[in-house]
Amino acid sequence: MSEFLAPKNLAEALADRAAHPEYIAVAGGTDYMVASKDRIAPPGIINLFGLSDLTEVSEVDGGALRIGACATYATLLGDARVAEKYPVLRDACREVGASQIQARGTLGGNIATSSPVGDSLPPLLALDATICVASTKGERRIAYEDFLVGYRKVDLAADELIVAIELPALAKGAKQHWRKVGTRRAQSISKVMMAAIAHLEDGKIADIRIALGAVADRTIRAKAAEAAVRGLAPGDDAAQKAVDALAGEITPIDDLRSNADYRLGVAQNLVRRFILSL
Amino acid sequence: MNIEVTINGESHSIETEGHRRLLDVLREELGLVGTKEGCGEGECGACTVLINGEPVNSCLVPVGQIQGTTMTTIEGMADSDNLHIIQDTLVRYGGAQCGICTPGVALCAKWAVEKEPKASKERIRELLAGNICRCTGYQAIVDAVVAAQNSSEAGHE
Repeated sequence: MSEFLAPKNLAEALADRAAHPEYIAVAGGTDYMVASKDRIAPPGIINLFGLSDLTEVSEVDGGALRIGACATYATLLGDARVAEKYPVLRDACREVGASQIQARGTLGGNIATSSPVGDSLPPLLALDATICVASTKGERRIAYEDFLVGYRKVDLAADELIVAIELPALAKGAKQHWRKVGTRRAQSISKVMMAAIAHLEDGKIADIRIALGAVADRTIRAKAAEAAVRGLAPGDDAAQKAVDALAGEITPIDDLRSNADYRLGVAQNLVRRFILSL
Repeated sequence: MNIEVTINGESHSIETEGHRRLLDVLREELGLVGTKEGCGEGECGACTVLINGEPVNSCLVPVGQIQGTTMTTIEGMADSDNLHIIQDTLVRYGGAQCGICTPGVALCAKWAVEKEPKASKERIRELLAGNICRCTGYQAIVDAVVAAQNSSEAGHE
């Protein structure tokens, strides 16, 4: 008999998590339930979907936006603050699955699954998101980059749940860009995706953050490419420096969706175009 | 677990395990076999139903999550005598070929027309992008949705 726990608030959910570390915490179910018919039943499920403590989107001190871990893509697509402040995230949410997945899938779920092809993950990394996790013992905040610890692995203990994602305010005038490359805009699993943010001062690239998906064992920041162009004026020279640096820091693979050469070439083109667009 | 849910206007009390797929419970426990299984992976949209008015892939919903909700399946779209406007336009415009995708298309289109009654053809395609028709009859489906928009606007619904 597989138990289905339906906590009514975060405190109950954390108590359930602590009491049953072997149970599966399920939010929208859009990853967990795939092809589930032929699997043996899980020991138990802790349902997080729709928990009001985890679905709120609110502005917090310093202009940051706090997004409850179980806010759905549809919720984010309907939120004017997300559209205004973080179009890079809005655009990515719009290309996750299609209407049915967007109605159900959650940001926290995408983070917990931590697939290298999770579509919402590059924007969060480029935005320097902070992940808020909690257990019955208390809360912990961790930079998203440090939260990603390996292939489909995040720094989450067995008694913890992801409760919120905080996005810091960006510099005024910062440019944001999202691009997903796949066989089809909707539904298809990405071959390569890029979320990038840059801010110019006196015509030079003062700050740039490039996050790439599907080119390594996890979502990564292209730090060598970023460093290669910081302080330069955007243009062909800067773009070439970034493209050259990128080749040394990503490790795309051959698989059924694409191959390493293609992924490297596409990633370089995306970075080049972004720098030329600044 | 015991699940209380309203489906197509009727209250149901279902005793089952919460991890099961909503799709299977609809078909096997409730006999609502109008909901079709295509891929079982959330890729094709054939199993689309509406939960609290929102389209979902019923193959991806653990049934425990429907507790307390109001749902519509294809069996609940028409009233006793009249097809829903979307069903009517799908018939009139030939927006159904082999029929496997049709229940999901109809429900997703109903949601789309209610959510964005003035959506452009391009936007309709985006809203329905999660419903795959392997007969590739997309143009007729989009035409049917446009006709339903116009007809709803004119107050014919």
